[in-house]
Amino acid sequence: MQGQGGDTRAPYQEFCEWFNAEEPARIHRKAQQAEAFFRTTGITFNVYGQEDADERLIPFDVVPRIISASEWRRLSRGIEQRVRALNAFLYDIYHRQEILRAGRVPVELISRNEAFLPMMMGMDPPGGVYTHISGTDIVRTGPNEFYVLEDNARTPSGVSYMLENRETMLQMFPELFAKVPVREVSDYPINLLRSLAACAPPMCGGTPTVAVLTPGIHNSAYFEHSFLADQMGAELVEGHDLRVVGGRVAMRTTQGYKPIDVLYRRVDDDFLDPLNFRPDSVLGVPGIWDVYRAGGITIANAPGTGIADDKALYSYMPDIIEFYTGERALLPNVPTWRCSEPEHLREVLDKLPELVVKEVHGSGGYGMLVGPAASKKEIAAFRAKLEANPRNYIAQPTLSLSTVPIFTKAGLAPRHVDLRPFVLMSPAGVTITPGGLTRVAMTKGSLVVNSSQGGGTKDTWVLED
Amino acid sequence: MLGKTAGSLFWMARYLERSENNARLIDAGFRIALTRSSTARSEWKSILVTAGSNQAYAATGQDYSSAKVVDFMLRDTRNPSSILSVVKQARDNARTARTYLTREVWEAVNTSWMTISALLKRQVRDDDLPDVLSVIRQQSALVRGAWTGTMLRNDGYNFARIGTFLERADNTARILDVKYYLLLPSVAHIGTSIDNVQWETILRSVSAHRAYHWLYGAEISALKIAEFLILYKQMPRSLAFCSQKMVDNIGWLQRGYGEETEAGRMAEALHQKKLAGPIQAIFDGGLHEYITDFLRANAALAQQIERDYRFVE
Repeated sequence: MQGQGGDTRAPYQEFCEWFNAEEPARIHRKAQQAEAFFRTTGITFNVYGQEDADERLIPFDVVPRIISASEWRRLSRGIEQRVRALNAFLYDIYHRQEILRAGRVPVELISRNEAFLPMMMGMDPPGGVYTHISGTDIVRTGPNEFYVLEDNARTPSGVSYMLENRETMLQMFPELFAKVPVREVSDYPINLLRSLAACAPPMCGGTPTVAVLTPGIHNSAYFEHSFLADQMGAELVEGHDLRVVGGRVAMRTTQGYKPIDVLYRRVDDDFLDPLNFRPDSVLGVPGIWDVYRAGGITIANAPGTGIADDKALYSYMPDIIEFYTGERALLPNVPTWRCSEPEHLREVLDKLPELVVKEVHGSGGYGMLVGPAASKKEIAAFRAKLEANPRNYIAQPTLSLSTVPIFTKAGLAPRHVDLRPFVLMSPAGVTITPGGLTRVAMTKGSLVVNSSQGGGTKDTWVLED
Repeated sequence: MLGKTAGSLFWMARYLERSENNARLIDAGFRIALTRSSTARSEWKSILVTAGSNQAYAATGQDYSSAKVVDFMLRDTRNPSSILSVVKQARDNARTARTYLTREVWEAVNTSWMTISALLKRQVRDDDLPDVLSVIRQQSALVRGAWTGTMLRNDGYNFARIGTFLERADNTARILDVKYYLLLPSVAHIGTSIDNVQWETILRSVSAHRAYHWLYGAEISALKIAEFLILYKQMPRSLAFCSQKMVDNIGWLQRGYGEETEAGRMAEALHQKKLAGPIQAIFDGGLHEYITDFLRANAALAQQIERDYRFVE
């Protein structure tokens, strides 16, 4: 919130004036109301591996994270460039593989990638879109200094928090929105519906029927699945509601089976089709793959997009962007050591206590080492893991992440944050909702913002020009 | 709409109705246990039978003391019909059907689950029981209010309403089933003093002891009580009222879908054949048999609805 020298950063000016005039006790009371509001609404999540545990709330902080109009312009241009490049990359990998032929990305990165689906080779997804919905994780390290931390091209979650956080802020502090010109986020669901409908498959006749596929009420993100289906006015289906009827994927309604045109699936590739992918899966729809190939349904995101999530591939993103757009990346990558390469590995082992080391396929903040925060024992243990299987890891410098204030009992206190804007792609174009999900490390000094590790969220404001 | 969603709405409504009915049964049992300790144990047993929980209770090996039965009916997770289990089931079904519920209804169901499960974290003391039961009743009133005030009158609405009335008819019929011997004319003829407390238990379990006296004055007779609970069309828990509602709601479904179903035919037949009266004819044909028949037909209707509207594959 404050720049060098302790003066308030420009985007926070109006908010600060309001905040300083408020009674801390009132804000504290409102913060407690917010928690009750989240509970009644049912915005909870289950932590994996704790099936019997109570549903948990993600901590919500009432101080918004504010981004200026000019910062956002820069960010959104960079994100759009990146998402377009990713989509072009996916198309290329599943067709002529020019980028591999040109030697810009090593072949092993694809051939050894578990998310690579050979059956997608030569397949044209409807509208040419692979990444209908993606989320780009971004960190800010200084004035006008942003880095992309990660691309989420599988089924990025958190968008319901973006929407409900805003809703909560509007309920708690309506007067604030009269003072500060904040850009709307509430049209995300309708943009999502439009974007999905614009990717209808060839066999679709008339208005496309869109459905959201969820693993069910026990999934940690079920709230979000039902929320999005509800907001779009789409059906929320599970595998056992679906079957292939007359060459189409159809859902069992009270009046018989009705075909679905676009399936926004919130299950992994592995669980899509037990006939063609994983025979032990009960989540998917037997035969959906064949319908997909024949142009009977659009699956969003397209099967096989997971290769773009890979953290080893991430380090090649600047090259990938240049290869497909002819431009330099507008948003820089965090410098990354690939431990699969002997020189990189040596360097990483040398300065392990300074680095952040992540599993190539990991997510959710599990299985990572934050060098500066780790004990000698933890570092030694991680060193052994790294030496045993270097290919499984990448390393990055510990960034001096920017902080934004959170509201604590003792007043405002700085905490580290990241930002996940949500990006929609269709043949009609790329839509980025102004803002996104700001995740915040609630413990002092911590750099891990994942909700599974006790991270919280904030409302994210992009100011009007 | 999805067959599964229709099923979830149907079951959500059934479970909500069940929690309210069971709260009422506990209330009635508790009163009788307070006022006449000598027969309390057999009363509790018949209340467990009415709630369909006696087998599960017997399996726990506990005796029929007030405290134990009340705890079992309120919060035992081994009892699928305990208030705690039933409210949880209602909420799970509401989550599955979330996209068909208004925010108000979902929040009412969710709040009711949060409130009741917090209330039932620990065993409820005797002197707290009336308060706890009253909170449970209030919670279902809140859900009902949100439901009536905000839901679209579409197919989903009708599925839930059918669930409500099917469950309610089942409950009223069970009460009659367990207590039918009190209503047999032979007993009344024998001339033993009419057991007022027993009658009151029956009427209280359907929240109608006041309504009865409004209608029939001070006279308490087996025939009148049976008529009131079975045939009286203005009594919202009578079999005739419930079956009329089922006919109506299935009728709207059929018209909305432009498709007649076997379930519609069965509901109509149940209403025409079983609830035309008069009460004397029912007694002549055997009250016990009549109720057994009704329960069977009601259950068959539930299965037919599930098939006709594809709740499951």
